[in-house]
Amino acid sequence: MKIADGSRRRFLKSAAGVSALTMLNAFVPAWARSMQVLKQSAPEAVDPIEFNLAIRAHQMDIAGGSGHGMSINNTIPGPLLEWYEGRDVVLNVQNAMANDTSIHWHGILLPFEMDGVPGVSFRGIKPQTTFQYRFPVVQSGTYWYHSHSGLQEQSGVYGPLVVHPKDPEPVSYDRDYVVMLSDWTFEDPHRVMANLKKMSDYYNYQQFSLTELYGTNDMSPAEAFKTKLAWDRMRMMATDILDVTGSTYTYLMNGLHPAGNWTGLFKPGERIRLRFINGSAMSYFNVRIPGLPMTVIAADGQNVQPVETDEFQFGVAEIYDVIVEPTADSAYTIMAEAMDRSGYTAGTLATRVGQTAEIPALRKRPLLTMVDMGMDMSAMEMPGLSMPEQVPTHDTEVHAGHQGMSPPQSGTSNRAGRTPASMNHAAMGHSIEPDAHAGHDMTGMQNVGPVVARHGPDHHGPGNISVATVQRDRLNERGLGLADVEHRVLVYTDLKRLADDFDQRSPSREIELHLTGHMERYMWSFDGKQFHEVDGPIEFNHGERLRLTMVNDTMMNHPIHLHGMWMELENGHGAHIPRKHTINLMPAARTSALISADAPGRWAFHCHLLYHMDMGMFRVVRVS
Amino acid sequence: MKRKQLVLFALCVSSTSVYAHEPAGTPPDWPAPMGEPIAYWKVLGDRVEAGFADELDTYVWDVQGWYGRDRNRLWFKTEGESEPGASPKDAELQLLFSRMFAPFWDWQVGVRHDFEPHPERSHLVLGAQGVVPYEFEWDSAVFVSEQGDVSARVEVEYDLNITQRWVLQPRFELNAAFSDDPTVGRGSGVNSTELGLRLRYHLRREVAPYIGVAWAQLYGDSKDSAREEGEPSALTSFVLGVSFWF
Repeated sequence: MKIADGSRRRFLKSAAGVSALTMLNAFVPAWARSMQVLKQSAPEAVDPIEFNLAIRAHQMDIAGGSGHGMSINNTIPGPLLEWYEGRDVVLNVQNAMANDTSIHWHGILLPFEMDGVPGVSFRGIKPQTTFQYRFPVVQSGTYWYHSHSGLQEQSGVYGPLVVHPKDPEPVSYDRDYVVMLSDWTFEDPHRVMANLKKMSDYYNYQQFSLTELYGTNDMSPAEAFKTKLAWDRMRMMATDILDVTGSTYTYLMNGLHPAGNWTGLFKPGERIRLRFINGSAMSYFNVRIPGLPMTVIAADGQNVQPVETDEFQFGVAEIYDVIVEPTADSAYTIMAEAMDRSGYTAGTLATRVGQTAEIPALRKRPLLTMVDMGMDMSAMEMPGLSMPEQVPTHDTEVHAGHQGMSPPQSGTSNRAGRTPASMNHAAMGHSIEPDAHAGHDMTGMQNVGPVVARHGPDHHGPGNISVATVQRDRLNERGLGLADVEHRVLVYTDLKRLADDFDQRSPSREIELHLTGHMERYMWSFDGKQFHEVDGPIEFNHGERLRLTMVNDTMMNHPIHLHGMWMELENGHGAHIPRKHTINLMPAARTSALISADAPGRWAFHCHLLYHMDMGMFRVVRVS
Repeated sequence: MKRKQLVLFALCVSSTSVYAHEPAGTPPDWPAPMGEPIAYWKVLGDRVEAGFADELDTYVWDVQGWYGRDRNRLWFKTEGESEPGASPKDAELQLLFSRMFAPFWDWQVGVRHDFEPHPERSHLVLGAQGVVPYEFEWDSAVFVSEQGDVSARVEVEYDLNITQRWVLQPRFELNAAFSDDPTVGRGSGVNSTELGLRLRYHLRREVAPYIGVAWAQLYGDSKDSAREEGEPSALTSFVLGVSFWF
C-alpha cells in the first residue's frame, strides 16, 4: 500500500537540490522538485494501491505571485499518481471545500461509475465528504486527472498520472520525467468567463491593427488590407487563435513559471523519457527542445511506432511521450510556446543544477487563413479532388444522436480516395501522403489537405456563425502557425500504433457531429445545440463498432475528448491507426475515428477547452 | 413507483431542473453536468462626452446595457443631451426585449419614453441590432408614438484598431420621421444626422478616454424650430469623453 500525500514534510525530505527559487516555493509538488526517475517495479503487496487526495481552496504562492487556487494535497499540479497495470487502485478523494468537486481520470478505461463526471457518472463529491474510487487498471501509459466540476480545473485541480506496464516497456531509457504544462491566471475563472461573454476578444492583444497595414515582413500593405477586409466581411478575426491568452495567463511547466525554471538532470549519453501532458484549461502549446530531436513513442498514453521530430503542437488534454538523447555536457531549453505566441513556459534539461540554455524568442503570431474559414477555393484545388461526385454533401447530421445514423457509406463517407476504416491500404497510402517530404516543402498552401466533403444546407441555426463549406482532411497538416517552420513538425499522419491489436470489424454505422459555435456571443455547441438544448444522449449500441465523423465548422481548433473508450484516429494507417482519447480538429477539418462501443454506461464527450465545455460544447454518450 | 413520484415531484418543483437532466439521461435527482449557461449582464457607456463649439457647448450621454442568457436578453438604452449647467434638453430611455434570430442579429421590441423635450412622449419600439458584414455595428429601430407618429433611427459604428490600444471610431446616426409631430417641433422626413470621428485610448479593455469631432445637422421642421429658439441648426463640435463598460 502506498499513500501519496504531498505534505510539506514529505517533499522537504525529498528535495534533491533544485534551484533556490523552486526550493522556496512550497506549493510545487514533490515530484516536480525531486526530479526523480519514475521507472519503478510494482510494490510487492497484493492489496490495491491506495491514494488519499484532498482538494482544498486556499491562497498560495504560484506563478511568481500569490493567488487563490484549488489544490490537490496542497500543490498545483497535484501529486504524481503511479499506478500499475493489472492491479486495482483505490482513490479516496476528500472534498475539503465549500463547493461540490470531482476527479476524472483522463484517458483511463474504467467502469463508468468511477469516471468522475458529476451528473453523468455520479453525483459529484459534496463538501466535506470523501468519495472512494476503486477500479482495476487495465492499461498503461501517461495520463492525467482533473476536476470535472465547473471551472475548477483552471484553479489548479489537476495532476499527472503514470501507469507502469505489466510487460517491459518497448523502448529503453535511463531517466523518466513528467512535463506537465498548464495555464494559470490570478483572475477568478468566473471573471474570465464573464469577460469572454461580454467581449469575446477581451484577452486578444494581437489583433489586426492599422500599424500592420503598413506592411510587415511577410505581407505587403495591400495584402494585409485585403486580408483584413476579407475577415471583416465574414465578421470574424484572423487573429482569433486562443480565447484566453498570455495577457492574463502565466504558463507553467510542472507548476513552475519560466523564472522558476523546472530542471531535469541528465548525464550525457543517457536516454531520457519526457512525458508531455497538456494539462491546461485553454492553451495549445508548441513544444520543442532546440538542438535536440525528439522521438515520439506514445500519443495519449498509447505506444506508437517511434517517430523522430523537432517540434509538436498539442491541444488541451493531449499527451506525447518522447525520448531525447543529449550527448553533450550542456543544457537544453524545453520551450513550450502558446499557439498564439502570446506567452510561453520553459524549463531546462541540464547536467547540473543551475545550468541554463538560451530561451528562444517568441515567434511571430500566426494568422488564420481562408482554408480555416472553410471557404470554397475550388479554383485552387487539384483537379479531381473537388469533383462533386467524389465529394458527397453531408446533410444527414446526427442531432440528438438518436436516429443519427447515416447508413454506412463505404468509400465515400470519409475522405475522398481514402476508404474508411481499415483495409484499403493501396488507396490510402497514396492519397494520404501526397508527398512523402511534404513536411519539408513549406510554401504555404502547398501542404493544405484535400477537400473531402462539402457542407449540407443545415447551417445549425443562429447559435452558429459559420460552416465549413468545404471540409478538408487536415491530418497531414502541421499545426497552426508551424507550416513554414524550417524543421520537422509532428503531424497526425505520423502516428502509427505499435501493437497489433486492431479491431478488424468494419464500422456498422457512422455518426456525424459538427463542432459549432458563436465566438462573438461566446456560445459553443455541437450541431448548433448547446448541451442544455439537446433532448438526450448520443446512443451507442453496446458491442458495436462505429465511425464517429466530426466536422469543425468553427474558426478555432478544438480538442475533442471521449470518455471511457478509445477513438481510433483514421489517419490512413490501416490496422495501425493510433488510439486517442483527445483528438484535435483544425478549423474546417473533417476527421473520423473508429470506436468499439465496449464500455456500457454514460460517458462525457466534449471539447476540452474548459470555457467551451462550460458554454455547452458537451454531450453525453450512452452505451447500452 | 418511487421513481415516478420523484419525477412528478421534480416536475412540480421546477420544470427547468427536470429539463436539465434530459441531455445526460441521468436520474432526475442528479445534478446536471452543466446547467444552461447563466445570465450575464453588461453596461456599455458608448458616448459620455462634452462637446465644445463656437455656437454652443453640449454634453451627451449614450449608455446601454443588457441582462440575460445567450439568445434572449433584456436591454436598456438611454441617451440625452444638454448644455452645461442646464437640465437635459433631450432625454430618453428604452426598455427592450431582445432575441437572437440570426448569428449576428437580434430583433428588439419594447418601449421608449422621452422625458424631454416636453410634452413627454411614449413610443413602441421595434428594432434590429447586430453586426453587418465588414464589422459595422448596426442599431436601428422604428418608433410608434402614443400619437401614432412613426419615426426611425439608425446608428452605425466601426472600430478601426490603430494599435492594440488606440482605436479610431467613425460613427453615423440618422433620425427620420414618417409624419409631422409639431408639438415637439418635428416634421416628416430626415430630421437630423450626426457624423462623428472619435479616437480613444484603452487604458484597459473597459475604460477608454477619447477625443473627437462631431458634425450634427438638422433638417426640415427640426431645423426651423431650432432657429426659432435661437439655436444652431448645424454644429461642429470638438468632443472629449470616455467610453467604458463593465
